[in-house]
Amino acid sequence: MSGLFNPTVAWITFRATMGRRRAFLFAIPAVILIVITVALKISRPPARPWPSHVLGTFGFSVLLPLTALIIGSSVLGAEIDDGSIIHLLATPVRRSSVIITKFLVATGLTIVFAAIPELIAALISGGGYTEPTTSSVIGGPHTFVPGTAVSTSGFAIGLFVGAVVGAVIYNAIFVMVSAATTRAIAVGLLYVLVWETLLANFVSGVRLLSVSHYSLGIANGIAHDASLMAGIAVPTAIIMGAIVTVGALVLAINLLSGFTLKGEPA
Amino acid sequence: MTIELRNVSRWYGNVVAVNDVTMSIGPGVTGLLGPNGAGKSTIMHMISGFLPPSRGELTVTTSSAPKERPTWRDPDIYRDVALVPERDSVYAFLTGSQFVTSTAKLHQLADPAGAAARAIALLDMADAADRKIATYSKGMRQRIKVAAALVHDPEILILDEPFNGMDPRQRLHMMDLLEKLGSEGRTIVFSSHILEEVERLSGTIQVVVAGRLAASGDFRAIRRLMTSRPHVFTVKSADDRTLAGALIGRPAVTAVDLGQNGLQVRTSDYGAFCRDIAVLARDHGIRLR
Repeated sequence: MSGLFNPTVAWITFRATMGRRRAFLFAIPAVILIVITVALKISRPPARPWPSHVLGTFGFSVLLPLTALIIGSSVLGAEIDDGSIIHLLATPVRRSSVIITKFLVATGLTIVFAAIPELIAALISGGGYTEPTTSSVIGGPHTFVPGTAVSTSGFAIGLFVGAVVGAVIYNAIFVMVSAATTRAIAVGLLYVLVWETLLANFVSGVRLLSVSHYSLGIANGIAHDASLMAGIAVPTAIIMGAIVTVGALVLAINLLSGFTLKGEPA
Repeated sequence: MTIELRNVSRWYGNVVAVNDVTMSIGPGVTGLLGPNGAGKSTIMHMISGFLPPSRGELTVTTSSAPKERPTWRDPDIYRDVALVPERDSVYAFLTGSQFVTSTAKLHQLADPAGAAARAIALLDMADAADRKIATYSKGMRQRIKVAAALVHDPEILILDEPFNGMDPRQRLHMMDLLEKLGSEGRTIVFSSHILEEVERLSGTIQVVVAGRLAASGDFRAIRRLMTSRPHVFTVKSADDRTLAGALIGRPAVTAVDLGQNGLQVRTSDYGAFCRDIAVLARDHGIRLR
């Protein structure tokens, strides 16, 4: 990976991404999450499973993908839009190096603006709580299974690792989308709102192709909090996440290798 | 250090931008001349590896890679080839010095700071090098783009409309620089739709009209062909009859027709006629309308 990481490309990408006016947008979802967490912590009794719902469902279906979308589409898409990418591409730097470096910068920034806020919010929340359930054996009596508390550190670490994994996969997808189309934000927003937020939460089959469920699956594998509502198991999440990440990056490299400047038709 | 285009065409859907162009460009300064929309930028983009030909073959040879190689999808060509795009898009948040130095680093030069300082000095931009590019005028942006393109000392330099936005002093400086680079044995190709720029700078021109190569070769020979073909002018003056008598005595004028709406003058030499009529009008005290 070190041969694929170009420090100069990373420096330009970081300056370009953080120097734009919309950089302040990166922090908005994180601020909202922490404010909601603090408000719920103050107003709700601790023995309720709200941290899993707020930090899991809202955090992984809205905060994480939206932050990754804004950042992931900025690191490459903005330069393609304004044409400044030409100064990067008119050098012998490999296209694979450009993509991998921009992907790593975007992932790092998403970790700062989404995964770390998830960790902070989880620590503020005081941990998860599995909901009470009833189980029954056919012909036998119903048995009440009481809810159990999940430790704050285990819950927070689980959410943080899940969010880091989500940051990696989402950014691979959004970097690829911005190499494919100049409407990366619109396409990404449609994907987040329709696929991740709507379909993946209501259609069980879609979860196999949902990044938020990969992230939740891994978070749940560490936190062991059934309320996180992970639709898939850890091994499936790891395998599918790896396939999607590698596939998106290979496609992005191929798209950037075919980058063209359009001349004026006669 | 040559660029070869063999039967190169490029189309976008049903629109043909470049149509069966064959040309060979060697060391020195070559001007790509043509009106807006003629297909110059498309040719420049194909030469610089940012657009594949739809048909035909486009290759470059350099001293480090003497075997002909296509430019499309080969980032290694940028060790010897540099492009100055027409679009005014640079990293405006960097200073001029940071921009050129980062380009030197991307080329993995041994001394990026030294190479950047040399390129910036060559473009007479040292005084503004520590200012953010966002504060530059269009002409200064153009020059810093050229400095970045020259930082790795390329053998082939491609400039798309390089004089756009430059004031006359900057324009002359850039022309002198390109002339010097060409005389050092580099292959310099620039596009322009302004005849005077090409006339001042290049010995060799490629004229592109409607996607086709209309003329190719020595500028003076082509200029002679352009100027010695018959031209017809309509001239209105304060005294058409006297002016007609004076004009018919000039060797460049082949016929004069005195009509209701002024004079119809036929000439075989555009340049000589333009000089003659001004002198004759002044000498005879005739006001041209």
